[in-house]
Amino acid sequence: MYALYDFINFHFIPGLVLGSIYALGAIGVTLTFGILRFANFAHGESMTLGAYFAWSIITLTGWHPMAALPIAMVLTAIVSIGIDRGFYKPFRAAPTIMLVIASFGMMLMVRSAIQFSWGVQLKSLQSGIQQPLILFDAIRISPKHLIIFGAAVLLMVIVHLILSRTKMGKAMRAMSDSPELAKLTGIDTEQVIRNTWIIGGALAGAAGILLAYDTHVETMMGFQVLLPTFAAAILGGIGKPYGAMIGGLIIGLAEELATYPWIGDTPLVSPGYKAGVAFVIMIGILLWRPSGIMRGRTF
Amino acid sequence: MTRVLELDAVSGGYGDTEILHGINLHVDAGEVVVVIGPNGAGKSTAMKAVFGLLNLTAGEVRLDGQNITNTPPSDVVKQGVCYVPQTNNIFANLTVEENLEMGAFVRNDDYRPQLEKIYQMFPPLREKRNQAAGDLSGGQRQMVAMGKALMLEPKILLLDEPTAGLSPKYRGEIFATVRQINAAGVPILMVEQNAKQALGIADRGYVLVDGSNSVQGTGQELLSDPKVGELFLGGGRA
Amino acid sequence: MDALYGYSLYFISLLTMGGIYAVLCLGLNVQWGFAGLFNAGIGGFFAIGAYVTALLTTAPSARHIGGFEINTLVAYGLSMLAAGLVAWGVGKVCLRLRSDYLAIATIGAAEVVRLIFKNETDYTNGPRGVSAIPKPFETLPEPWNHIAFLVIVLIAVAIAFWALQIAQRAPWGRVMTAIRENEPAVRAAGKDVEQFRMEGFVLGAMLMGLAGAFMAQYLKFVDPNLSDPLTATFLVWVMLVVGGSANNKGAVIGAVLIWTLWSASEIVTGRLPDEWAVRTAYARIFLIGLMLQVFLQKYPLGIFPEQRPRPPRSSRESA
Repeated sequence: MYALYDFINFHFIPGLVLGSIYALGAIGVTLTFGILRFANFAHGESMTLGAYFAWSIITLTGWHPMAALPIAMVLTAIVSIGIDRGFYKPFRAAPTIMLVIASFGMMLMVRSAIQFSWGVQLKSLQSGIQQPLILFDAIRISPKHLIIFGAAVLLMVIVHLILSRTKMGKAMRAMSDSPELAKLTGIDTEQVIRNTWIIGGALAGAAGILLAYDTHVETMMGFQVLLPTFAAAILGGIGKPYGAMIGGLIIGLAEELATYPWIGDTPLVSPGYKAGVAFVIMIGILLWRPSGIMRGRTF
Repeated sequence: MTRVLELDAVSGGYGDTEILHGINLHVDAGEVVVVIGPNGAGKSTAMKAVFGLLNLTAGEVRLDGQNITNTPPSDVVKQGVCYVPQTNNIFANLTVEENLEMGAFVRNDDYRPQLEKIYQMFPPLREKRNQAAGDLSGGQRQMVAMGKALMLEPKILLLDEPTAGLSPKYRGEIFATVRQINAAGVPILMVEQNAKQALGIADRGYVLVDGSNSVQGTGQELLSDPKVGELFLGGGRA
Repeated sequence: MDALYGYSLYFISLLTMGGIYAVLCLGLNVQWGFAGLFNAGIGGFFAIGAYVTALLTTAPSARHIGGFEINTLVAYGLSMLAAGLVAWGVGKVCLRLRSDYLAIATIGAAEVVRLIFKNETDYTNGPRGVSAIPKPFETLPEPWNHIAFLVIVLIAVAIAFWALQIAQRAPWGRVMTAIRENEPAVRAAGKDVEQFRMEGFVLGAMLMGLAGAFMAQYLKFVDPNLSDPLTATFLVWVMLVVGGSANNKGAVIGAVLIWTLWSASEIVTGRLPDEWAVRTAYARIFLIGLMLQVFLQKYPLGIFPEQRPRPPRSSRESA
């Protein structure tokens, strides 16, 4: 029985928490990939930026991280729009691979700007150790994990409502379906793009804050989750926000479950290779079903 | 007769390649006008010229007498021209109703009454309003595409080969639908491969060859014109 | 005199590093300039080449596998082979998909390569790396040892440059250009586009592996950080974009130019007070990133734009 509780406490719950963070990040990746047609390499840095904004707000005000979250999300969204104006908009008519290069450069620029402004020391959003909640005498959930998972689910519900109930959300899905037809239909594509950056940037910021709340604030944190985030987006199907949510949860769970001793006493995958799990899943999906679970776009 | 749309000696193409060499055609209020011609004659290109998808080097496109030459598509839509491309003309992942709503994107007023009209015109769409448009049959997808265009209550509807790839049974349905839309007062300019059936429902028709006007006349005149018959109506069927 | 000697040594090291980057940049030019493939994991292929040479040429050590002490030239060949094989594997998965997927997969592959070098401690000594890598001609008296190594690197640059110049003008290179211009037409002409892409991708990766081999010898030390996305991937992109994609001369000059800027700016920031030295080091990365963006937007052809015989009028018509 202990094995089962260990499995739940040390693998399953952390997997869900990490997965919900990946899911938030992957929604932004899949929207920009679907609507602007490019893989945004700077997306991870938006997450880092969100975490640093939150850290500054918390340091200035002493608020709880979840109180800082909405403000940091807004700030990240504003920066995302600014980056689009300055560095992506000039390439609207160019081959999309130019955008990939530009975003690759942006990744390094944003990170170095963060390192320049905030330094490279580890920071925490909240100090002190919290007592875990104990269920059935054996299942331990840290309140932090509950908050992270709850916040992520709430944000995903909000995204769902925006995409399915509002005119702009539907237009975003329409443009993700076919940018050419969206133009012919008279949809204001620039407005859709702006909203994509707002939603994608805000969610990336949120993902970064939740990740930092779970661990700590660090300049490489966004880059480290970039690959799992891409893997989640591809797994879910490019251009499919709901797919990205499922893909994120699967990748997060897979990373944590891969280190469980499924066979014998040693972890199936040594913890040092945890970061490689997402890559292997991604290669697998590219080989066997490049359109992903939700049958998104392949190009 | 009021002239809704007029192409006056229009030339243009993609990049350096000129495809249209001085095309003239017009659509009057209440008309169905069909453009036929061999493959590569510039039929679809002529339609794209109206919609600002082409770089025009000479001539003028007029809508209700106003010059709309080289106006970008997003503005042409706002001026009341709706275009249904041959392929990729619906948002496959959106529901039928969402497709129709997107058709009304540029409207800021209440589009509900128009939505109701379209459901009355195409009852199957009301039945499948919450299904993904991509799951519908070929003929019903064309209904979605046309319904989506009609959401704007356009001054003129442009249809690019609406029956391409459909079985003969559906073709008949589509042509009937075109007549029905026209009967509701919307003038239609349509490019078609299935020349015989298309001319059968057309008020007038144009034959384009190599990017220039060849023959024109009423639908019946063209159908009985031996030259046209020899070129397109007999062996020339795709 | 001492100062002058010091400057000369600095100049030699500048040229050596510039030369190693020129090989990397020529490799990227084959992948991006010729074949239009976006490789975001240059550092991975570079590190593979470095580790192969490191492990195969060092004396026996208790910290890592080794003791093969094979000939340097053979090690170069095997470094290229190893990098090429990995590229082939990545290419097999991604080349049939859109270029973005290749970009994501290569950045992932580079990360996995880094993980392997870091975690397989028994073979690679993990994060502590492999040291005491023999360097050709290192027993010569200073400065001749440095000069001799520089000559080796420059010979490699010259051979790679010359070979690519020929390849670019050969039918192979012309098909590559045609694929970038109008892929459907090339397919319609019955050419196996994937095969050509694969050849470009593997050839480019082999050059990157060779550059890694040089780097291992030059530093006499390798560790998993060699695959650093900043210095091993990003800088190379800046070099090629600034120098001029699809132009071998642009690749070489871009590499030397950007390396000089990078290295010289390090001297400047290094002399600042500690507090500022760290921060300005990041400002430097920011500025070089900005330079990339400026070139992409304002001078997309680079300093040396692609040279290409104008295709005959008729072939343009069909496009």
